[in-house]
Amino acid sequence: MKIKNNIAVSDNGFVFNPGSGESYTANQVGLDMLNMLRKGEKSAAIISFIAEKYEADPAVIEKDLNDFSETLKQYHLSQHEEL
Amino acid sequence: MKNSKPQLTIAVSGLNAIDSPGPGVAVIRALREAKAFDCRIIGLAYESLEPGIYMHDLIEKTYHIPYPSAGTDALMKRMAYINEKENIDVVIPNFDAELYSFIKLKPKFEQLGIYSFLPTMDQFESRQKINLPEFGKKYGINVPQSKAVYTPGEINKLEQEYGWPLVVKGKYYDAILAYNPEQAKSAYQKISAKWGLPIIVQEFVHGTEYNVTGLGDGNGNTIAAVPMRKQYITDKGKAWGGITITDPKALALTTHFLQRTQWRGAFELELMKDKEGRYFLLEINPRIPAWIYLAVGVGQNIPEALTKLALGIPTEAFTTYEAGKMFIRYAWDMIVDLKEFEQISTNGEL
Amino acid sequence: MATKHRYERPMIKRLESNMPNKFGMRTEFEPVTHIEGVAVSQLAEDYGSPLFVISERKIRKLYQAAKQSFESRYPRVQFAWSYKTNYLTAVCNVFHQEGSWAEVVSGFEYDKAINNGIDGTKIIFNGPDKSEDDLRKAVTNNSLIHIDHLDELYMLQEIARETKQRPKVAIRVNMDTGIYPMWDRFGFNYENGQAWDALNKIMFGGQMDLVGLHTHIGTFMLSPNAYAIAASKLANLAQRVQQKYGHEVKYIDMGGGFSSRNTLKGAYLPGVDTNPTIDDFAEAITSALMNSEYRPKTPPLLILETGRALIDEAGYMISSVIANKRLSDGRRSTILDAGVNLLFTSFWYDHKITPAQEFTSYTEDTVLYGPLCMNIDVVRENISMPLLNKGDKVVIHHVGAYNMTQWMQFITLRPKVVMIDPEGKPHIIRNNESMDTIENLEQIPDHLAHFEL
Repeated sequence: MKIKNNIAVSDNGFVFNPGSGESYTANQVGLDMLNMLRKGEKSAAIISFIAEKYEADPAVIEKDLNDFSETLKQYHLSQHEEL
Repeated sequence: MKNSKPQLTIAVSGLNAIDSPGPGVAVIRALREAKAFDCRIIGLAYESLEPGIYMHDLIEKTYHIPYPSAGTDALMKRMAYINEKENIDVVIPNFDAELYSFIKLKPKFEQLGIYSFLPTMDQFESRQKINLPEFGKKYGINVPQSKAVYTPGEINKLEQEYGWPLVVKGKYYDAILAYNPEQAKSAYQKISAKWGLPIIVQEFVHGTEYNVTGLGDGNGNTIAAVPMRKQYITDKGKAWGGITITDPKALALTTHFLQRTQWRGAFELELMKDKEGRYFLLEINPRIPAWIYLAVGVGQNIPEALTKLALGIPTEAFTTYEAGKMFIRYAWDMIVDLKEFEQISTNGEL
Repeated sequence: MATKHRYERPMIKRLESNMPNKFGMRTEFEPVTHIEGVAVSQLAEDYGSPLFVISERKIRKLYQAAKQSFESRYPRVQFAWSYKTNYLTAVCNVFHQEGSWAEVVSGFEYDKAINNGIDGTKIIFNGPDKSEDDLRKAVTNNSLIHIDHLDELYMLQEIARETKQRPKVAIRVNMDTGIYPMWDRFGFNYENGQAWDALNKIMFGGQMDLVGLHTHIGTFMLSPNAYAIAASKLANLAQRVQQKYGHEVKYIDMGGGFSSRNTLKGAYLPGVDTNPTIDDFAEAITSALMNSEYRPKTPPLLILETGRALIDEAGYMISSVIANKRLSDGRRSTILDAGVNLLFTSFWYDHKITPAQEFTSYTEDTVLYGPLCMNIDVVRENISMPLLNKGDKVVIHHVGAYNMTQWMQFITLRPKVVMIDPEGKPHIIRNNESMDTIENLEQIPDHLAHFEL
């Protein structure tokens, strides 16, 4: 999935969508995932990065990443619906 | 030249200066104009969009505090943290739902050196809507007849006594005027679904509404009292404009109320004057009202006097005010940088 | 080597641009990692999840505080443990060791009290359903029988006549104390004269000893004043009996119903802050008794059947996260391994629920579901919860009352109950059920013993 280009993400997890005016806040794992998604990283790379940094099973991370991506879609932060 | 006035740090809540406004911003304006002291103002906010947070010329710094539903422990911890950084002298809570917690925590706050001037828990409870008939009887004050009901059927019995329309009220909040049994029943359902039982059914008193704001010293003395008549009322029932009036009867009722209840702290009385000129007490708000700056403008700086009472500084009673002064409320668009919103949202401090 | 960070599921949430309203439900959390010094994770590992945990120290503390509260205001006080609230023997016996009598409401509970070794004279027998056998037993044991209705009164007179024994009785009185609903289905009404009638029948009958007066005005009461009204009405009845018959009742039993520290559904402020304390109830009841016109030679014993307020806070439920999922409207839901089958009280309360491990300040509005396949299995409809992972533990607080008597064996087996003693040592006080527990009660008719598929 791709994140919209204009989304602003600050180091403390504050996320702003200038297109809609909505703001969001993300926790550290969410911020890490979001930043990697913005760089266009693939799921596999994200999962292995998270598994490296945090104490968690890759299967759990994969499930959470899917759910997280779903949320980003719901919040219109991903590019999909513009296609 | 150095100012010799004492410097106080005062924490104030209710910074939501919106169409159903909190009194915080008006209270702060009054404190800024105090003659007896200079002050630093610490804002206490529940949400990140309370306008007061961004008024940096009025408020030095704002902190998020936990919602009252989180309980007094959470509030105590947060206030202790804020106090460590800011060394608060006085706190003035202005938000209906938070008063219970602030009254309850008063002794604990005092241990931290944070003083307040609030009604006692008994006074706070005795003026609850459900206790109003009892309150009226006890203190010899006219109140509209009302009864707490637990079934819609009970309303029918009351219609003969009270006549139409009837005011159907929730235990704490909400009121709907009903002109017939169908409306009464639907109001009952609507309010009970939101606020639970009982529902309070009140006789409707026809007449003109007046408000009095003031301050009691807790020993039965009137420190301040200013009557006002609303001139423009929003669809939420809030005054958008009002005028001070000379009204010996309303003032006499206020003095009587303060004497009999030994009321401590600020208050707003909602009064109704009927065709025969009799005054009925509709409601007692146990806090400063949003239109408090009108009282300041006519010579009674109630927030200043309240601050002095909280600190045990002798305070002389105001005896006069200027009648015929108006307040006209005005909404103001501030330009705010997103960075500021980000900071209060993510750190809970700005 | 760098240690890995604690994983927390990723979260992003919209900053609500709502204005503060009066009804915000944000909650602040602190993890509860230990109960009475024992790690929650250890308890779950040793005894399984879900798990009920009872603190013996807390029970004793609550009991002693309540006793102190009443005894400092009134000379003669007796507590009777309300079996229905929690009749696990270990729990009952903590109360009995502290000096509580037993208050029972059925033949089953009566027998349980006898099995626990309670002397019959220290059992109070309440309730609308006492069989003839139950009554005979209670009469023989000189137990205190609280008559609920006239049919029972007549049956007792019959037993007295037949056995030449004198039953020790009280009547249960219901009354208007200004609270809603009025529990007028139990006992005899005060206002319409039923209660006075019943007392006259007992006194005129001459076959029973009228030893006391009893009331029980409601449950989870938030108004101490209602108890003051009830106490003065009972005192008034006692006075009328004294005037008319020169007879003094030995006790006034105010029943139970004191609220605990739980938060009732729909309440805005947490119960911990707003509910009256035992001191408030004690003050209301004892002042009303002492200010009444009733002036006997010996002040009547004041009996209290307090249940919930003495056990709720001593009970905890440890539960584990089975799964997280997102509902169709985007809300987060979390499935726990304990639901309404074990937590009957989640129908009444917004139970306080805390995670049992560290977490960050991020929270999400969450529905907490139990594990059942029923739509009503909701532990909390809307709670702002920190981010829990599968397998994480939570502690559900104030569950000591009613859950361990009203729990259901529906589609699964009931778990262990553990009591932590004052030294911090856990003891199993009720084992988990097994397939045998259930199947041993069943019988299969021969023709249903076999089938082929």
